[in-house]
Amino acid sequence: MRIDGKGLIDRAQPLRFQFEGIGHTGFEGDTLASALLAKGVRLMGRSFKYHRPRGVLTAGSEEPNALVTIGRGAAQEPNVRATMLEIYDGLDARAQNAWPSLRADAMAINDVAWPFLGAGFYYKTFMWPRGFWERLYEPLIRRAAGLGALSGAHHPDRSEKAYAFCDLLVIGSGPAGLAAALTAGRAGADVLLVEEDSLFGGRLNAETFEVDGLAGPDWAAQTVAELRDMENVRLMTRTCVVGAYDHGTYAAVERVGPHGARRPEGGVAETFWRIVAKRAILAAGAIERPVAFENNDRPGIMTASAVRAYLNRWGVASGQRVAVFGNNDDAHRTAVDLEAAGVEVAALIDSRAEIAPPDLNCPVYAGAMVTGSAGRLGLKRISVKTGRGNKDIEVDCLAMSGGWNPTVHLTCHMNGRPTWRADIASFVPTPGSIPGLVTAGACNGDFSTQACLKAGAEAAAAVLKDLGLKASGGARLAEAEDSPYRIAPLWAVPGTGRAWLDFQNDVTVKDVKQAAVENFRSVEHMKRYTTQGMATDQGKNSNVAALALLADATGRGIPETGTTTFRPPFSPVSLATFGAGAQGIGFAPQRLTTSHGESIARGAPMIEAGLWYRPSYFPQKGETHWRQSCDREVGYVRKAVGVCDVSTLGKIDLQGPGAAELLDFVYTNTFSTLKVGRVRYGLMLREDGFVMDDGTTARLGDQHYVMTTTTAAAGAVMRHLYFVHQALCPHLDVRFTSVTEQWAQFAVAGPKSRELLNGLLDQPVDNETWPFMACGDMAIGGIPGRLFRISFSGEHAYEVAVPARYGESLFKRLVARAEAMGGGAYGMEALNVLRIEKGHITHAEIHGRTTAFDIGFARMLSAKKDCIGKTMAAREGLVDPGRERLVGLKPVGGDSVLSAGAHLFDTGVAMTRETSLGYTTSAVFSPTLGHHIALGFLQRGPERMGEVIRCFDHMRGLEAEVEVCPPVFVDPDGGRTRG
Amino acid sequence: MGELVGTSPCAGVLPLTIGDVQAVEVELGHLTSIAPFAGQATAASVALEAAHGMPLPKANCTTGKEGARAIWFGRDMALLAGPTCDPAVAKHAALTDQSDAWAAVTLSGPSAEDVLARLVPVDLRSVSFKRGHTARTLLKHMNGSVTRLGPESFLILVFRSMARTLAHDLKEAMEAVAARG
Repeated sequence: MRIDGKGLIDRAQPLRFQFEGIGHTGFEGDTLASALLAKGVRLMGRSFKYHRPRGVLTAGSEEPNALVTIGRGAAQEPNVRATMLEIYDGLDARAQNAWPSLRADAMAINDVAWPFLGAGFYYKTFMWPRGFWERLYEPLIRRAAGLGALSGAHHPDRSEKAYAFCDLLVIGSGPAGLAAALTAGRAGADVLLVEEDSLFGGRLNAETFEVDGLAGPDWAAQTVAELRDMENVRLMTRTCVVGAYDHGTYAAVERVGPHGARRPEGGVAETFWRIVAKRAILAAGAIERPVAFENNDRPGIMTASAVRAYLNRWGVASGQRVAVFGNNDDAHRTAVDLEAAGVEVAALIDSRAEIAPPDLNCPVYAGAMVTGSAGRLGLKRISVKTGRGNKDIEVDCLAMSGGWNPTVHLTCHMNGRPTWRADIASFVPTPGSIPGLVTAGACNGDFSTQACLKAGAEAAAAVLKDLGLKASGGARLAEAEDSPYRIAPLWAVPGTGRAWLDFQNDVTVKDVKQAAVENFRSVEHMKRYTTQGMATDQGKNSNVAALALLADATGRGIPETGTTTFRPPFSPVSLATFGAGAQGIGFAPQRLTTSHGESIARGAPMIEAGLWYRPSYFPQKGETHWRQSCDREVGYVRKAVGVCDVSTLGKIDLQGPGAAELLDFVYTNTFSTLKVGRVRYGLMLREDGFVMDDGTTARLGDQHYVMTTTTAAAGAVMRHLYFVHQALCPHLDVRFTSVTEQWAQFAVAGPKSRELLNGLLDQPVDNETWPFMACGDMAIGGIPGRLFRISFSGEHAYEVAVPARYGESLFKRLVARAEAMGGGAYGMEALNVLRIEKGHITHAEIHGRTTAFDIGFARMLSAKKDCIGKTMAAREGLVDPGRERLVGLKPVGGDSVLSAGAHLFDTGVAMTRETSLGYTTSAVFSPTLGHHIALGFLQRGPERMGEVIRCFDHMRGLEAEVEVCPPVFVDPDGGRTRG
Repeated sequence: MGELVGTSPCAGVLPLTIGDVQAVEVELGHLTSIAPFAGQATAASVALEAAHGMPLPKANCTTGKEGARAIWFGRDMALLAGPTCDPAVAKHAALTDQSDAWAAVTLSGPSAEDVLARLVPVDLRSVSFKRGHTARTLLKHMNGSVTRLGPESFLILVFRSMARTLAHDLKEAMEAVAARG
């Protein structure tokens, strides 16, 4: 029911929305919860486990009951709190966890079966037969319980991440937060004020307090206007600080505009902020706790502060006839506000015997308690036990208050534990829990408006001093009510029925007591036994009461019992927001070669190598299978000339007097003896003696080398060099930097490679001036570049490098020339076939568990010098001839298919894991040889040349008889390479 | 066949103008990394100043001006942008041509700082990141270099091969900022 003249809503702006398929009208400024309450809708959800009918309990982000799903199709979004969901035209919200409908939910059978579903019951019951838990019971229980569901499709909304920096982060904009921001803002500090709500002001918007003679919301608005005019103050609404981390870093989630509402093109739904603040003031306020009594979860039973918030902020009476039940003076104001607004108050019930009630028209029951309620889909009646007997009162709304819990959560994110304060019967933050963060206001146990204003201003003044800033003089503290907070603890009303503690997780007082009975006496054990305070709720509503009851059940005090850990995030964050921007191509950067466009134009499918994209093969008309393209491209290189972009290999430029010594130390072989103008193959080990990487290194000058790494290991090798230089060899005067990006480099391979190049280079080359493994400068049309006579294919081959800007142009020219000579471009598939035919290894073979000994390169460990990994590589177990060592494999008979990842077995044995003698690492069809070939690792491999063994791929079901052979299949004496 | 034709890293993906921010590829001239040899930092700086008018920059700083600027580029390294580095400097430092290794983009406009706040994890507020300040940092997932050229203008360098990703990431951030109005 809407009350005329009250609330911060714009009645001139009606908005149409749907809940459960029924159309309603609300106003600009409404949340779904306030708009539904205004229409008399109390039933908003079903509970997690028992499917109990539930209404809205609170008016804030702590709401455990009124969770709804919005959006349709891929845009479906579950578990949105109706209390935080600002309505907009066209909003379509549905209840969750109910079938076939919210009013008639079949799974409410759980509520009848409750004696079998209490905490711990099913773990102990559904144990037999063994294996049924995982396959049957758990899936069934999970289906019966739960919250909303995701659509299973990519959400069309985009979110983003952002970084912010400030002197002072103020978390919360109630009286304490506003006073703090004002004090710091006036002093010129760079202030960031963040507020979870859509409106600044905190409780000032929900109460009838006055500040400096102004209505609370007006004072808040006036203060915010002053802050908005300050250039040094940034204001953020709809932004929830969800975590506190090291070095003054805070995580915050900003809803950019109302939840689920339409947004401008390119706009984001949420921003995940990392805020780095020199100092922070936590002014997060407090959360009112319910009282546990039998059936205290009926729709219409709400916290007293929520009833006041709906009345004062949204102009909504939460019921037609309301009772108020509490254990503190603050609750009394609910009755006062309701009566002042003309809402009928049926009774004020206070558990304390000695109270000084305000002037009210309704009956006041002191020393009385609500013991039960009636009305399954909505509250109809409460039972009250007074000193003079029991009484039933007809009401449709009960405002309850068990007192206030300061919102200490953020102060516990770095393992801080809050401190018990008996006078307010709750916990307050322990100072110093988060370095650089101080607390002020209700979250620190200051419960009057005046105390909050004072605490906020003082906290800011202290921060300013700390930062070396001066508070502007003459600022006067605003004046407001300063009523004392009087409370006598009331955790649970005695009774035998189910009294709810944790509404979101369906945990009752009985469950907590049962935990204690079964000796789960530690608060952490109780939490896990009952699920109290778990999941997105993180015990906001129930933690203090639950542990107070546990303390009682175990005969300990509350401080000794302690709290469970409040974990981030403070409020639920969708995974899409955590991972914002990393969907699709945002997942990782794409590194594109200069020949990328031309490769795409030629229809080449791309494969990823690290972050690089490389052409797999270049299909031609009439080719229907990649193998056809691949075989053709292999033929180019073996018979004519092929061109391949090899720019992705890591290239590291090393200069200085210490360059040679550094290379001698990181490579197993020697580079100090390499002549200028020559290239050498090098093998690099990790400290543990296993192979790290391989590649060629060219000596361009006396103190100038350029190292080549494999594509995928380029970053790792660079990091390795930095480590070796800075940590192990700081005495070496050497400087190095990556030049991978500077050069576009192309392999030109095949018997006609020199012929191709000589039509292009300004100075032709021949076998005398450019023998195998020569390198040096060259030029093409006056453009200087580099030429390396190296070969990965085993053919007469070169790599030609030009500055990257010319890469695309050179690639096109090389390919055009190759095509004119009966060759053409080749891709990764052909490159792989060529190198396997030649027995060259890649990271398929040097996969991190193989040594130089394993790959047959033991002789590359120079005896004349030390190198990284040398000592460790000499360990007994690493030079055991029984190790799996590199061999070639070819099918007996020639027509079997070999695959990588197959295992090797002696003939005639059962082919199981236990009898495996090794495995294949690379396998291809060799068009040159006309049959499959493979590289693999076989126990005692080199000793078994010529033997026939079996190769079995359990995954693909491929089996073959293979002959063990040397790993070099084509041109083993290297004649072609030197040609 | 004609001469080899040069292509710029961001050809086809920049410029972009979204809201009040522009991302434009810039031609910085020659790029040379200068890494002084052991104990040669001062000598290299003197040689650089004699040849090009600016000393080697301190960490997170630049020296020189548009057309000839030395940008701090990491531990013991600067990047000379503009002229071909005088060979005299090579006596004291390793010089490496990087002219084709980097995509160079200026991001400018009233909301440029807001756009970068979506991509760069360091404090770029003008109070802490003044004109001429530079950082080797991340741009979303990419390693790069960010320099403040003016109140509303930044120079961004990322690997040449990542130019398209840079354009994509800038575009998304620019759109998100612009959509806030």
